[in-house]
Amino acid sequence: MIQVLRTVKYEAERVKGFGREIMSVPGCENLASCIQCGTCSGTCPLSVYMAHSPRQIMALVRADFKDEVLQSNSIWLCASCYACTTECPREIRVTDIMYALKLRAIREGAYPKHFPIPILAKEFSRMVRSKGRITETLLVMRLFMKANLRAVLGAWRQGLGLIRTGRFVILHERIERREELEKMLASVEAGEANPSPKDLP
Amino acid sequence: MKKYAYFPGCSLKGLGRGYEESLLPVMERLGVEMVELDDWNCCGATAYMSIDEKQACVLAARNLALAEKTGAGDLVTPCSACYLVLNKMKHYIKESEEMRTTVRRSLDGAGLSYSGNTPVRHPLDILVNDIGLDVIKEKVVRPLTGLKVVPYYGCQVVRPYSTFDDAWNPTTMDRLLATIGAEVVPYPLKTKCCGASLTGTLPKVGLRLTYILLREAARRGADVISTICPLCQFNLDAYHDQVARRWGPVPVPTVYFTQLMGLAFGLPAKQLGLNRNFVRMKPLPAAHAPA
Repeated sequence: MIQVLRTVKYEAERVKGFGREIMSVPGCENLASCIQCGTCSGTCPLSVYMAHSPRQIMALVRADFKDEVLQSNSIWLCASCYACTTECPREIRVTDIMYALKLRAIREGAYPKHFPIPILAKEFSRMVRSKGRITETLLVMRLFMKANLRAVLGAWRQGLGLIRTGRFVILHERIERREELEKMLASVEAGEANPSPKDLP
Repeated sequence: MKKYAYFPGCSLKGLGRGYEESLLPVMERLGVEMVELDDWNCCGATAYMSIDEKQACVLAARNLALAEKTGAGDLVTPCSACYLVLNKMKHYIKESEEMRTTVRRSLDGAGLSYSGNTPVRHPLDILVNDIGLDVIKEKVVRPLTGLKVVPYYGCQVVRPYSTFDDAWNPTTMDRLLATIGAEVVPYPLKTKCCGASLTGTLPKVGLRLTYILLREAARRGADVISTICPLCQFNLDAYHDQVARRWGPVPVPTVYFTQLMGLAFGLPAKQLGLNRNFVRMKPLPAAHAPA
């Protein structure tokens, strides 16, 4: 059966202002000057697995196609190797734009339920916030519980190997001054909710 | 005696403990003092950026402020993610008024301050550019003659904030390995991504990246892969049976460059954390032992 797909995008699918919003994130400003050369896609070791190449993502963001971008698997496949950022002739920080997109997809819940990559980011930040440090083995266990219990079965050998080699840590690493850190992180949220006049640029 | 502030990062206390177990004795042997930051916190790694950019910046800033407080000089961090994030946030704070304001306010509340004057550096940079290959060579008692080593750098130390080597064809570790007597295998994939956390979250993709690196090392006849990053080491070492199930076995071991240095300095393998590998490195042939 031949599948017929529409390749033209409709004006109605744009979420106006989305591109500008991304370009206002610190580090993401240069997207405006993208020349669509495709160097990012050419250097990317993951682009062959992506639904949209990095170059396409850049074009879609700038043209405000928010939903298509946030639902693309491309943003999650970015492994932060910074090849694109190093090579972009317009000095666009493609990796950081990918972070800005992941952040919005997570905040808006625009990812498939039980999809491990955003769950890992969320659990990671939770552990940092409560303990100040990451205990990798405990983080992975939480990921399995939230994302895919069956995966535990597939990973049992690796778990045993880690125990055998003395790398399976079961006690949380934590910092002493957790309150200090929490206060610091909370001050960011307070500042965003209620910026004092002297903080405004 | 050279002195540095030391930021180990979470991995070196967990999956990557063999890195710390070899780094510290090697530095000690070279007369370098490493002062671990008091109460350091997680750098934020790659994950926190997709949760909150400003909080990610504050996480890094606390560590940078703690490092300034010690007055121990440059901050050394062995983990690639920590190296990248701490350097990146220095750039952010410098470039963005908004970030500077956020960081200043949160540090003020904790009685900390940040001037931006502490360089964040990698041990590879310190060893080769501060201490020097000639000094390292003097400490070699058991040269790794005949050992074929692939120098694998991974991505985040050389890109995009590195100040000491090339982003695509770095040679610092090549020179270091040659100095301790190893035969350095030319390896065009030396800065290609290992798959990072995709090995666990999306194995179909992540494991393939890992496999490509292992197979190329095997094809070039490598005895061992030398790495500078705890996540690269984990990916190249702990997924061998899953890789073998999909594509067949590629039993090349992956160790930290500091473990190879330790062996060349005559330190026992077990003391260097080499017993923590899934795929163990073969003991050096007796011919390599000092006469």
